[in-house]
Amino acid sequence: MVSNIAIFNSLLKGLAVTLQVLGYSVILALGLSFIFGFLSLSKWKMAKIVSHLYIEIFRGTSLLVQLFWLYFSLPILGIQLPAMLVGVLGLGLNYGAYGAVVVKTSIQAVPKGQFEASVALNMSPFRRMRSVILPQAFLIMLPTFSNLTIELLKGTSLVSLVTLSDLTFQAMALRSATMETVKIFTILLILYFIVAYPITLAFRWLEKKLSVGRG
Amino acid sequence: MNEHVAGEPLVKYRNIGKRFGATEVLSDINFDIYPGEKVAMIGPSGSGKTTLARMLMTLEKPSKGTIEVGGELLWHRNVNGRLMEANASHLRKVRGQIGMVFQHFNLFPHMTILRNIMEAQVHVLGRTKQEAKEQAVKLLKKVGLADKCKAYPAQLSGGQQQRVAMARALVMKPKIMLFDEVTSALDPELVEEVLGVIREIAEEEEMAMLLITHEMAFARDIADRVVFMADGQIVEQGAPEQLFNQPKHQRTMNFLSRFSAQSQSV
Repeated sequence: MVSNIAIFNSLLKGLAVTLQVLGYSVILALGLSFIFGFLSLSKWKMAKIVSHLYIEIFRGTSLLVQLFWLYFSLPILGIQLPAMLVGVLGLGLNYGAYGAVVVKTSIQAVPKGQFEASVALNMSPFRRMRSVILPQAFLIMLPTFSNLTIELLKGTSLVSLVTLSDLTFQAMALRSATMETVKIFTILLILYFIVAYPITLAFRWLEKKLSVGRG
Repeated sequence: MNEHVAGEPLVKYRNIGKRFGATEVLSDINFDIYPGEKVAMIGPSGSGKTTLARMLMTLEKPSKGTIEVGGELLWHRNVNGRLMEANASHLRKVRGQIGMVFQHFNLFPHMTILRNIMEAQVHVLGRTKQEAKEQAVKLLKKVGLADKCKAYPAQLSGGQQQRVAMARALVMKPKIMLFDEVTSALDPELVEEVLGVIREIAEEEEMAMLLITHEMAFARDIADRVVFMADGQIVEQGAPEQLFNQPKHQRTMNFLSRFSAQSQSV
């Protein structure tokens, strides 16, 4: 009989891995979102094509299969990546593709008059983006980014299938060892929620802070 | 044609045409604005007035013809006698002489009123924050909104927002300022406060002004010259008394009579 404390301890170990994967892949996804979001708005045709390809390929294929491919196919081609890196790369690339579309459409959603006013004030293209367009676009991005981050958190459970001992991996292992299915899966649900809810709150707080003065 | 014809024009439109797809909105416009001159532009909607102003602000590219500002080509560069399309840095250089106030104000909603007026001073003109703030406050006083420094645009009425937009454009010290139907989006009771500020600016400032407006009494009041446009062409222009009292063209008469009928019925 495995004690409750032992169950809890191994779940916490898994939680630490989940949070690590989440943290790194959020950073990667955010970076990719902005890079490919901007590229897709570029005047340069090649940049548009590259970002289009990236977005469609990573949105259009299954995250689980992407992880499998990175973990099981790449080694056959001679590139062996550690499980953690595979998890972060897979999640980051996949959610970065969704994020890039959010960045692109949010920038396009800023009213045209804002662009025109910044031209009339003779701002440089960089200054227009930095002072006028991006702060407004960012506010439009936030609710969707909040959703995507929580989706990403839940997506991290897939890394258990490429041998990373995250929260879900630990729970599965405990379950086969103890057969305490109800207890373990209930704790698992609660733990995911305990991570997800503060994310929602943090995004809400940020949104409120940035929308000061907007009617 | 008017008493301001002194020296070279500040703005020269030459053979300007503009099409959007198959629709021709401007055809072969030749038009000058002199330094310090206040020009009112009237005419039915869709006559091309706004497009003419937006071309000068570099928001719309002419399909043909040239525009000169202060002796320099705006949309083109002269390379060994041949006209080449201007690049972004050339546009930026010439555009600095032009300012614009829009129908829908277009204030930056995420900035306070003060920062709306400071942003371009600091990042375009390179003024220090202190200097920019002083200038901003000075202009806010001029438009009667010195107490709104810390407010955000959404907290102001339309009329107040438009006055801030004027302060924001004025602080850049353009040689010519474009007013594109700046009272059309306002509630009727707010129109007068905005017109009052424009009147004041027209009296005090040296810069040239191009006012696109449907406020006939106002145009007559402050303009040195009134231009009537219809169907993408300048039909007639002249001193306000002449154009309003003795229009030469039937088209102008029709347009003006519709307006006087309207104002009588109100």
